[in-house]
Amino acid sequence: MAERRIAFRLNGREVSCTVRDHETLAAMLRDRFQLYSVRESCAQGLCGCCTVIVDGLAVSGCLYLAPLVDGKSVETVEGLGEEGRLDPVQTAFIEHGAFQCGFCTPGMVLMSHQLLQENPQPDQEAIAHYLSGNLCRCATYPEIVEAVRAAAQGSHVAKEEKSHG
Amino acid sequence: MTREVGRSLPRLESEAKVTGRAEYIHNLTLPGMVYGKIVRSTVAHGRIRRIDASQADRLPGVVAVITAAEVARIVQDPYYGPAFHDQPVLAVDKVHYVGDPVALVVGEDRDVLEAAADLVAVEYEELPAVFDERAAAEPGAPVIHEVIRPAATFTDLKNLKPASGSNVAMAYQLRHGDLEAGFAQADYIFEDEFHSHQVTHTPLEPIVTVAEPRGDGGLDIYTSSQSPSFVRMELARLLKWPENRIRVRTAYLGGGFGAKLYMKLEPLAAVAALLLRRPVKLSLSMEEQFYTITRHGATVRLKTGVTRDGRMVARACTIWWNGGAYADIGPRVTQKSGFTAAGPYDIPHVSIDSYAVYTNLPPAGALRGFGIPQLVWAYESQADLIAHRLGIDPWEFRWKNALRPDRPHATGTLMRDAGVLEVLQELKRLMRWDEPFDRGSGTRRRGRGIAIGLKAAITPTTSVAIVNLYGDGSCAVYSSTVDMGQGSDTVLAQLAAEVLGLDAREVRIVHPDTDVTPYDMATLGSRSTYHMGNAVLRAAEEVRHQLRAIGSEIFKCRPEEVELQDGHLVAGERRVSFKEAMEWRFGMQAGNLIGVGSFTPTYKKPDPATGESEDITTFWMVGGNGAEVEVDTETGRVTVTKLVTVGDAGKALNPGLVRTQLSGAALMQLGFTLFEEMRFEDGQVVNASLADYKLLGMRDLPSSVVAEFVEVGATHGPFGAKGIGEVGSLAVSPAVANAVFDAVGVRITSLPLTPEKVLRALKEQAGEIWEEVE
Ligand code: FES
Ligand code: FES
Repeated sequence: MAERRIAFRLNGREVSCTVRDHETLAAMLRDRFQLYSVRESCAQGLCGCCTVIVDGLAVSGCLYLAPLVDGKSVETVEGLGEEGRLDPVQTAFIEHGAFQCGFCTPGMVLMSHQLLQENPQPDQEAIAHYLSGNLCRCATYPEIVEAVRAAAQGSHVAKEEKSHG
Repeated sequence: MTREVGRSLPRLESEAKVTGRAEYIHNLTLPGMVYGKIVRSTVAHGRIRRIDASQADRLPGVVAVITAAEVARIVQDPYYGPAFHDQPVLAVDKVHYVGDPVALVVGEDRDVLEAAADLVAVEYEELPAVFDERAAAEPGAPVIHEVIRPAATFTDLKNLKPASGSNVAMAYQLRHGDLEAGFAQADYIFEDEFHSHQVTHTPLEPIVTVAEPRGDGGLDIYTSSQSPSFVRMELARLLKWPENRIRVRTAYLGGGFGAKLYMKLEPLAAVAALLLRRPVKLSLSMEEQFYTITRHGATVRLKTGVTRDGRMVARACTIWWNGGAYADIGPRVTQKSGFTAAGPYDIPHVSIDSYAVYTNLPPAGALRGFGIPQLVWAYESQADLIAHRLGIDPWEFRWKNALRPDRPHATGTLMRDAGVLEVLQELKRLMRWDEPFDRGSGTRRRGRGIAIGLKAAITPTTSVAIVNLYGDGSCAVYSSTVDMGQGSDTVLAQLAAEVLGLDAREVRIVHPDTDVTPYDMATLGSRSTYHMGNAVLRAAEEVRHQLRAIGSEIFKCRPEEVELQDGHLVAGERRVSFKEAMEWRFGMQAGNLIGVGSFTPTYKKPDPATGESEDITTFWMVGGNGAEVEVDTETGRVTVTKLVTVGDAGKALNPGLVRTQLSGAALMQLGFTLFEEMRFEDGQVVNASLADYKLLGMRDLPSSVVAEFVEVGATHGPFGAKGIGEVGSLAVSPAVANAVFDAVGVRITSLPLTPEKVLRALKEQAGEIWEEVE
């Protein structure tokens, strides 16, 4: 089994490691970097539990091969927010009780964060569309939609405050 | 006045969950750990002729291949199960379904295991198999288990006698009133049969167990289990060890829904770890979850006698449960669900016959409702059918027949603290039942429906809790209740905090660790808030008692005059902190104040002949659902536009969590109702993947999802609270089917309500020929 050395940016820091050719991104992040927010559940790219952002695009860590992140930038939920401060999406998830068991939550949070970057004021349809690849077996969907809406409101308000101040 | 109880506090572990740092066994790695992969039967019923593991054994990275022969070196009698001891650690001589574990390959490298498992060659002599619950119950059907041995672990199952020599593993019967006389009084008799399909739990954290042999000869088990106390007890029995040699720990569960109950991977992981003397991790893949545990398919036949003015006077219920190859908890489903098969209705003459049937399908167990949703599917579909036939409004029909307070349920137990009427009323309000309704037009027809279900809490069961006040005045609750997303950590902390005058966020919940946390029957059946809640209350009251005694000495007053507020003892103007009280008591920051609380409700076991008992359950659960649907008459597609859920919470200790539980349960059941369905060919699951077995996603969300509760205080519940985890799921399926009927006038009697079925029914209704294209 061939191995290779790769270097990439992980949650804002330059890192390098040796990976096997067939190793998945999810396995690498868990086994070599202890980033347990990346979770393998369906292993078929269908549930979103293993969501990782690679160069600004959401990918399924269970299908994406680790060697491919060489030279790229990788983000997981562990890199979200600032030291000691949660990202507004995370705060909104807490305030709206947008999870039960929490297993799908990192994927949901990352995708919602990504959505708001692309579309700061999504309507219900846009939210459902963007998150349709993320499953929540606890079916906390209504609360997730509310949380994303609230986070959008919040970022909207924050921006306005900034422009006024 | 309460401060902690009744407030919608976010989950204590919220931050850990949104940052991805919450602990799951899924993430656990131990030094020297090896991994296992299960080799599964490829035939539905057969004798094992030969197992050849030599090729797999030679594969680099493979540490061992384990079969029943190796299991026997550790466990002589390898059969386990919560109701019957019928499931072997690995198949012995025979396999009973496609997917039955036959061998385990263990390796250091997870990547070679799949290939190694494929290299284990197993030869079978196939036996005739049977998959349908009705066919399997017939005399002459191939017998799946020649001998059935009962387990005697749970009190409520003690009097269930398994029947050997047939696939009817157990029969429960209830006789109430005089059925013949009842039918003689009826003006109309309705006979209908309803069918529920197999579905499965698919928690997103697949079932996982790590077993680690200890240097002192003991064994540590880390497992995604809903029932750590049971795992320890049952493993100890298999190993013939005292319970104190085994330590079982859990973490947060990435969903459970009943899939992670009793024993799943634990016996195999334990045996492998003991054989190899190193930690072994077994993780199911999503696919394997489909082979491990399912929800019972069921056939329910109802014969109901009704008078001209719409009173139900007699009902005979016959239920066949498709239990699959091993009983798991099927006998409890058969009995407990049997109790309430006639519904929340005041029917003077009732008979119930409920059969647990073995088939050559994957084992069926508990899934959010212990069989009740399958029964409600039948009796609430029929209730609508009757109401329409008699020209009575479906809500009025239910209201008229509903069991009123203090009336005897068919079991003979009086209806107490059961919010049947309250739930019906709230359902009517939220559905705007009395208001005009847009019925759609053209090919888009709209309809609405309601349904209501009743469940008896599993009784009697025990919960024990410890509340520990440390030297600095901080507090921890030790409980074996497993938080799998329902929010039990938060609610138990709220209860302890309420008693001790603390903020719930300051209370630490110590997660299940059988070396540390006391016994709990299991986290199942909506029992934790009520049972563990009571245990925690009692334990906290003991600590309060001790604190008050200290306070009375400090303040020189009577203990009753000492209040607990914000972590302080208070008497009039005088205050000392808990920390100061501990220093006063122990002379320095040291010591503990420990309270132990234990709760077991009263119960009277049913009379074996009649199935009746005046104390069958410690509380009744009542849930109602309403649905508005749009049916596309060209495609048969059903779109649920509004889903209403009402549950009786007794007293909502945390209203936010209660609503989320109610709507989560209802939406899960909505998936089961509309599209989730395990499909089989010759006993083989042919859609064991999320690609082919569709879970409810964001796009399937009804545009309006409403979840509300009523509060009909439970006399013996903590602050009047009851369990709520399953209540939202009980009546979803019939509510949707009733709405479909209301929209287009076709009655679907078998789940799920797929477009094909609806379209076929529409064509038949129009007298058109339905062409089957293969
Ligand atoms: S585990 Fe990768 S999408 Fe499900
Ligand atoms: S919170 Fe449990 S799967 Fe989403």
